[in-house]
Amino acid sequence: MTTLSHSLPGLLAQVQTFMPPPGADYMRILPELVLSIFGMLVMVIDPLLDEENSHQALGTIALIGTLAALGSTCWMAQYPGTAFSNMVRVEGFSVFFHFLVIAIAAVVILSSFEYLKVQRIRAGEYYGLILFGTVGMCLMSSAIELVLIFIALEISSISTYVLAGFRRRDASSSESSLKYFLLGSFATAFFLYGVALVFGATGSTNIDAISLALHSGGGPVPVLAYVATALMFVGLGFKVASVPFHVWTPDVYEGAPAPVVGLMSTGPKAAAFAVLLRVMFEANAPGRFWLIWVSAALTMTLGNVCALVQNNVKRLLAYSSIAHAGYLLVAFAARPELGTSAAMFYTAAYAAMNVGAFAVVTHFANVGEKYVTLEDYAGLGRKSPVLAATFTFFLMSLIGIPITGGFFAKFYVLSAALKSNLVGLAIILVLNSAVGAYYYLRIIVMMYMREPRGEVPVTPVPAAAALAIAVCVLLTLYLGVLPGRVLDYAAHSAHALVSDTAASSTASASLATEP
Amino acid sequence: MGSVNMDSLGPIILSLVTFIPAAGGLLILLIPRRDRDIKLFALVISLLAFVASLHLPVHLHRGQGLFKFEIDKVWITSPNIHYHMGIDGISVWLVVLTTFLTPLCVLISWHSIQERVKEFFILLLILETALIGVFTSLDLFLFYFFWEATLIPMALLIGMYGHGRRIYAAVKFFLFTMIGSMFMLAAIVWLYAKTGSFDFVVIQNAIRNGSVPGFEQASLWLFLGFFIAFAVKVPIFPLHTWLPDAHVEAPTAGSVLLAGVLLKMGTYGLLRFDVGLFPEQAHRNAPWVMVLALIGIIYGALVSLVQPNMKKLIAYSSVSHLGLVVLGIFSFTTAGLNGAVFIMLAHGVATGGLFMLAGILYERRHTYEIAEFGGLATPMPKYATFFLFTVLASLGLPLLNGFIGEFLVLSGAFQARPTYGILAATGVIWSACYLLWMYQRVFFGKVKHEVNNTLPDLNLREKAALWPIAVAALVMGVAPLVWLSAIDPAVQAALAPFTQLASRVVGQ
Repeated sequence: MTTLSHSLPGLLAQVQTFMPPPGADYMRILPELVLSIFGMLVMVIDPLLDEENSHQALGTIALIGTLAALGSTCWMAQYPGTAFSNMVRVEGFSVFFHFLVIAIAAVVILSSFEYLKVQRIRAGEYYGLILFGTVGMCLMSSAIELVLIFIALEISSISTYVLAGFRRRDASSSESSLKYFLLGSFATAFFLYGVALVFGATGSTNIDAISLALHSGGGPVPVLAYVATALMFVGLGFKVASVPFHVWTPDVYEGAPAPVVGLMSTGPKAAAFAVLLRVMFEANAPGRFWLIWVSAALTMTLGNVCALVQNNVKRLLAYSSIAHAGYLLVAFAARPELGTSAAMFYTAAYAAMNVGAFAVVTHFANVGEKYVTLEDYAGLGRKSPVLAATFTFFLMSLIGIPITGGFFAKFYVLSAALKSNLVGLAIILVLNSAVGAYYYLRIIVMMYMREPRGEVPVTPVPAAAALAIAVCVLLTLYLGVLPGRVLDYAAHSAHALVSDTAASSTASASLATEP
Repeated sequence: MGSVNMDSLGPIILSLVTFIPAAGGLLILLIPRRDRDIKLFALVISLLAFVASLHLPVHLHRGQGLFKFEIDKVWITSPNIHYHMGIDGISVWLVVLTTFLTPLCVLISWHSIQERVKEFFILLLILETALIGVFTSLDLFLFYFFWEATLIPMALLIGMYGHGRRIYAAVKFFLFTMIGSMFMLAAIVWLYAKTGSFDFVVIQNAIRNGSVPGFEQASLWLFLGFFIAFAVKVPIFPLHTWLPDAHVEAPTAGSVLLAGVLLKMGTYGLLRFDVGLFPEQAHRNAPWVMVLALIGIIYGALVSLVQPNMKKLIAYSSVSHLGLVVLGIFSFTTAGLNGAVFIMLAHGVATGGLFMLAGILYERRHTYEIAEFGGLATPMPKYATFFLFTVLASLGLPLLNGFIGEFLVLSGAFQARPTYGILAATGVIWSACYLLWMYQRVFFGKVKHEVNNTLPDLNLREKAALWPIAVAALVMGVAPLVWLSAIDPAVQAALAPFTQLASRVVGQ
């Protein structure tokens, strides 16, 4: 009570001198504003249209929204700096993830056009949720305040919880949604707990201030900060599906609508990796090295080994996404500057190939997602050569065959690891990629070397889905043939991100190299 | 770069030869599905590539430096990847071997491929580009790219067009090669991380100057990383198990290219990269590699002897012959290396021919079982003649191409370690046994099975595919110097570090 009465005059004084944030601040969250406005627009227009015609119209509005957001991201990039009293920062890093996340949303919306009609899903809420979820993911990448990061995480999570349950006629979809929701809220609680402990240890929730507090004094880092790192890693590890917080992934991916899985496995994951990069590298979290080392090794190995025996393509790709999260985590164990750019490139390449792969799965699954087992893919190479060829291309990228983005992604992670003297982790990565080749190959073998089964229908790919797949193919190819530009950009922004902490972190990293 | 006094084709001819087939393959995509047109087009494209590739050996003597027809353009700035191509006296013949065998593969597949014809020839031509690229790349990254690029079309050729257990064979082939090459990738990335370059020449110089940090400790692992990838491809003894499966199940054209060229990727890689980059480690590890090669020679020959399946017999004979190549390389003698390269070429021609002949028989009877035949010389005299000629070339009859290489390798091995030379020579004797015994069982005596009486002899197309093989086998046997005169300078360059090593050992 006394503290309140003491601080009240000060608070009042603050309120009286409150100045609205300058206009440039709004420019720095322009994509989020645009996406929110279009999200509300979709929700408002939805009841005005009858259900038959609404799919096309709402989808188009949502698509325009994402395209406008992409444009406004370019605009936002002209205003680097912090906004809203150091809550948000626009820099190369956040612009990169804005582009990535919004582009993922755009492609997923494109690939949903036909799907919603076939599965008879109401379009208004669906597109609205995708747009709002994207707002959360965008904010995650630009927030430098742990509390705002938490709020953004919740915005993106809640919309994905709902999206996972959209196939209402199917019990597995509801199961998926509930499971994701329960475990997800549990995990975010861990993250919040970690934030609280960081505040206890450093007296701040601002990333820069934390970094300063942890490494400027020269004294020992408080134990509380180690616990906080571990707890935050639990929360974010859940979001990126790293072992041992991966248990939800296969069930949720199996039940959720296929295009939503395409979104879930890339968008929120990319955003969560962005947060992880900030927390681990920019805030220079203590004790991260072995935590990540062990988690990366386990994630790669378990994801690949479990994927070997899957017969449902969605489950297979779920385990494959766990494995890829593991490869990505390898970058987090490397030196900050190398690791950050490798991880950024990896999220982009993985997004291109995985969204593409799920776009193919989405189209092929047909009414009620009946055709999702490996056997259903038998003879696809004969029935629909183009669809099979594009799927093969995505799978080759996931294996990591040259001229695909997946190859360079793995290559950069590997070279970041080797340059940081992580020979042990590099060898585990190499062995895992070899194991991984097998299960992707099973799908290719099914498509090309088995006789087609008559009862599985293959409908011609509609224009929107074809466009979505084509975009993914082109991006995967682009990243596989001319990765220079994207990598340079990533390296540039990674440099800006970690340069202020580089001196102290290289010192800690060199202490923590493998025996 | 020495391209000043070359004619205008100089810098681009290598890229032309490499990419003509793939470009043709992509053009086939646009041709409507009329099988005859597709086959003719594929034949024309592959012949075009062959003619273009002949430019290379004819003009090889021009220009300075070890590598000719060099082209070096930046592909990706970060990481520092160059489109760096060039050939020396070793790789030039492997390129020509590839372009020589591909048109024959098109001819031999004319009737045996009935379904998905378009895809077949696209895959075949893309495979040809990837194979040529492997031999022409001088950038380790580019090399790895082409190396992996051979994998998919070959696995698809086996898996889509093969016989019985084709899927098992295709997956096994893919996984063996993939796992092996992952180790090579790790080694390549290590070299890049330490030298900042993928360029073969730059890295080689850096290693020789001793300017690569941490190289001493890592060199054994780097050597082994490359070695595993190449040993799977060759295949060297314990890693050979994918080969019989892949060969038996592959379509004829697949077998021809597999035996004729793909296996040489392994021996070429050993010679160019493993020995070229890590001479000291190669020298140190030569004893056990030579033992493995010897085991391969003798084991391959003995297993061939007891094969009831004609194609499997030829497959195991490849294990034996390629063992000789490895023995020649790791003898580090002029004769041994010259012979090794010559066997690579001779084996490509002769074994390619044997697989084509086996395929011709399969088209007529749909079996490779030796017991199903007997007395075929009566109904198929021309076929029997070609078969005998190819068998004799393969087992190393003087005046045919097999003899030159075997003789050189054996004399090289004898110089290095006499006992190894003697043991390897027994392998050559075994090869005469299994090949002639097979020939006797298939062609001599009375016709045992009634169906075989009515088998038609070779037609014009098949003769057109077999004549070049026979001519090449004879010319290479009679005038080996045409080939060896180009091979020898490259071999001497490869051996240069070893003479230094040897003199250093003597000096101590």
